[in-house]
Amino acid sequence: MLIRRPPDIPTSEITEERHYVSRRAWLAAAGVTAVAITANRVMAARGKSPAPVVGAEAFADDPTSFKDITTYNNFYEFGTGKDDPAKNAHTLRPRPWSVVVEGDVKKPGRYDLDDLLKGIPVVDRTYRHRCVEAWSMVIPWNGIQLKDLINRLEPGTKAKYIEFHTLYDTTQMPMQRTNIMPWPYVEGLRMDEARHPLTLLATGLYGKSLLNQNGAPLRLVVPWKYGFKGGKSIVKIRFVEEQPRNSWQLLAPDEYGFFANVNPAVDHPRWSQARERRIGDFLKRPTLPFNGYADQVASLYAGMDPRTLY
Amino acid sequence: MTASHWVGRVIRPAVIVGGIGPALYLGLGLLGITAIDLGANPAEKLEHFTGTTTLVMLMLTLTVTPLRRLTGVNPLIRLRKPLGLWTFTYALLHALCYLVFDQSLLWGEILHDIAKRPYITVGFSAFVILLALALTSSGWAIRKLGKRWVTLHRLIYVAAVLGVFHYLWLVKLDTSTPVAFGVVLILLLAARWERRRRKGAPA
Ligand code: HEM
Repeated sequence: MLIRRPPDIPTSEITEERHYVSRRAWLAAAGVTAVAITANRVMAARGKSPAPVVGAEAFADDPTSFKDITTYNNFYEFGTGKDDPAKNAHTLRPRPWSVVVEGDVKKPGRYDLDDLLKGIPVVDRTYRHRCVEAWSMVIPWNGIQLKDLINRLEPGTKAKYIEFHTLYDTTQMPMQRTNIMPWPYVEGLRMDEARHPLTLLATGLYGKSLLNQNGAPLRLVVPWKYGFKGGKSIVKIRFVEEQPRNSWQLLAPDEYGFFANVNPAVDHPRWSQARERRIGDFLKRPTLPFNGYADQVASLYAGMDPRTLY
Repeated sequence: MTASHWVGRVIRPAVIVGGIGPALYLGLGLLGITAIDLGANPAEKLEHFTGTTTLVMLMLTLTVTPLRRLTGVNPLIRLRKPLGLWTFTYALLHALCYLVFDQSLLWGEILHDIAKRPYITVGFSAFVILLALALTSSGWAIRKLGKRWVTLHRLIYVAAVLGVFHYLWLVKLDTSTPVAFGVVLILLLAARWERRRRKGAPA
């Protein structure tokens, strides 16, 4: 049980159009009385504060609309505004796509993406997605379990971590001509995190191939971590002994760490992580430890100080 | 028409009415009436848009005096009050966005935020200044406060500086917009210092 609603919602049940229309209608109805409409949520949040876990059950986990998932994105390779990726990512060419595999692994090499994934079962998983900026979505992903690919590639004993590199190509990713970030974008996981059954390499959402702005054609999804851990448009997978230095950690080590586990009790230095705004809502709801996946993943971090896991 | 007529009959009424523009834009977007799309996160959009509008209005307010001196059109000074009051109005809307959408009116957390997070501390201080200036903007307050009114209203420079730092400290990575506001503010302040230096007298 990954989320309280059935994980496999048939795509036909969630036509994006209906969702979009209903949200607009709700918005219209809300108007100036938005506060009144959601007052019950305020009360819920109030009554239960400051223990954010309790009371979270009062909040629904309906999948976010296809439109919102594909127009509200952080993908700095295409601009820093939330609507920039949807506008600018048309320059990315997700096929043909090759992925380089290197490091301590029995089957290194440069693979065509389709060959790399061939035969690995595709799974549908509806996960909560929690951004470090305190907003969240519910996304019906399609993809493979990363562990299946790892098993196929057969890493050696020195492979303690796995590292993912996003494409670095200024013709396809125009913002890479600026130096706002160190390019390419790098993310990584400890091997046990990578092998966890919740961890996905997504190839689609809502039953369709990933759109460019969501990290086509291959992106990492780790639902108990902040969204920035999910490297997009992956071109290189490395099996390494040392803990990778991920891009946001390089940029601001006191604000973004390697683990980036969702934790309402550990604030970002500049803002609170106790609550989050689910896209489609006006008011915030409590954030859950490990984004609500504590039962499945908390044991991975037994004995570690949660304050060092930001 | 004389310059005074122009300002009194055309420009000033236009500023008084025109200030509602940004709010109207958001209101219509919220009601879904026009093609305005507030996007996937309307609460964030409202908060950012009102914040930016506050800072723009504040800069426009600070433009009045240099513009008046540059053009020699003294009646332009009459634009200062409506622009200042619009600045405060948007600051109020902005603060309400924060109080309701971000904090669900949880006062304990709000006080904690103001005390703990420098960008909120600074934004809140700017808001308190703007509130004080709005409350003392009437002719009656000007007469009542006399010389102290001038001193009090110099705090608008402090509010502007705090507003820019508020913005600078809240952005995640791309500081170009707050830096641009900072440059504009420095130019506006430099215009005053320059005059002061040349005249050798307080401006
Ligand atoms: C009670 C006082 C204030 C509070 C609590 C407050 C709070 C906030 C918050 C929470 C944000 C959004 C931060 C984010 O999403 O990362 C913001 C943005 C902003 N605020 Fe304020 N603020 C206050 C006063 C002011 C004042 C007086 C000004 C202008 C002089 C101002 C200008 C801005 C600007 C320009 C932005 C950024 C908009 C953007 O990113 O497009 N704020 N403020």
